[in-house]
Amino acid sequence: MIKAMNITKDFGANTVLKDISTIIKQGQVVAIIGPSGSGKSTFLRCLNLLEEPTSGNIFINDKKITDKKVDKLAIRRNIGMVFQHFHLFPHMTVLENVAYAPQKVKKLSKAEAESTAKKLLDKVGLTDKVAAYPNRLSGGQKQRVAIARALAMEPEIMLFDEPTSALDPEMVKEVLDVMKDLVDTGMTMVIVTHEMNFAKEVADRVLFLADGMLVEEGNPQEFFEHPKTERAQDFLAKVL
Amino acid sequence: MNLDFSQIVPYIPFMIEGIWVTLGFVFVSILVGLILGIILALFKITKSKFLKGIANVYTSIFRGTPLILQLMIIYFAIPQLTGYDIEPFVSAILAFGLNSAAYVSEIIRAGIMAVDRGQIEAAEALGVSYRPMMQNIILPQAVKNILPALMNEFITLTKESAIVSTIGYLDLMRRAQIVGADIYRNFEPLLFVGAIYWVMVFILTKLGQAAERRLRQSD
Repeated sequence: MIKAMNITKDFGANTVLKDISTIIKQGQVVAIIGPSGSGKSTFLRCLNLLEEPTSGNIFINDKKITDKKVDKLAIRRNIGMVFQHFHLFPHMTVLENVAYAPQKVKKLSKAEAESTAKKLLDKVGLTDKVAAYPNRLSGGQKQRVAIARALAMEPEIMLFDEPTSALDPEMVKEVLDVMKDLVDTGMTMVIVTHEMNFAKEVADRVLFLADGMLVEEGNPQEFFEHPKTERAQDFLAKVL
Repeated sequence: MNLDFSQIVPYIPFMIEGIWVTLGFVFVSILVGLILGIILALFKITKSKFLKGIANVYTSIFRGTPLILQLMIIYFAIPQLTGYDIEPFVSAILAFGLNSAAYVSEIIRAGIMAVDRGQIEAAEALGVSYRPMMQNIILPQAVKNILPALMNEFITLTKESAIVSTIGYLDLMRRAQIVGADIYRNFEPLLFVGAIYWVMVFILTKLGQAAERRLRQSD
């Protein structure tokens, strides 16, 4: 369970998150949507401390991760993250990309880590690419490797930061399909996305951010059919 | 035009010997510069303001003053201060090594900074700690940015090494001057060692290209 309380984030004189509070229950799939520059990604990045909130607190399973003394790396081991631009390690093969962190962080043997990595790569449909280097892959394949890499740490929570925004249109589906499979496993997922149909289909809850504020939240049917706030109505009118 | 290369023939072994003298101190200087440069580069990328400050002041001084001045201070001025003479060889290594370290540290720092910031975030998000992140993820990628510039620095150092002739160190350049004074002809010996410098730099360039090609194969 993730509990965010009164999260505010300033970059210099710029306030990008204003007093955001929400609770994400275990197994829930939450889509964060909103116009660009609304603070969606910053909020997501606060959840694994890639950004530190200026004020407010975040609890994960009742552990206060915004505590100054907390071991950030230990927190992150439990939270997988998938980036818009993949950030695969270019000098490692696909298999090495996925098997690296379990070896270094969880101290698994090479054989164990690679066998798990192969299973994960099989799940995301990339069995034939294990020996390839990332620059030989398409965008969709890269993102699937990135998902497998995050899953290899067996996290409880997965964060997705616009996972399909950098992809060619014909590759969006293959990534979304992998994410749907993940939803079916009961994973807790927080997804920043511009894919409204995907959000509508898989999310248990939608958070709508605008100008750094959590303007509206609710279940997707309600939100997409009958948005309450004018800001959300405006936004949906433009993107749907 | 009265060029007569036959006159330098007896001096050729004397000048050839200068190759090893030059190569010897250039090699040691590169080593000193590389080791000290790596340490300074590490200072520059730490969070400690103190270490950063030391490295930046060091770089600023050694890049901001002429190499020949640094050499003269070490060879002529420091003995005045300490009362101990410093051998030309040691002076040359100190001046070139210390000077090169400033440039090498900048090359390494820039090479590390040029690695995509997303690589650090990806490693951090996986819970990888600082040391393995640097060793396994950042540095292997930084090497590709660093190597070509580093090769350039070595080439510059090889050519600039001729400056040590001013403190009477018997390198290639100094030997050409001695031969010139001996036979009252300067063009032939200067041209001769000029060709040698060119060949040395040519070989270094080729070595650098080969190393770059090997690195690129892993892409």
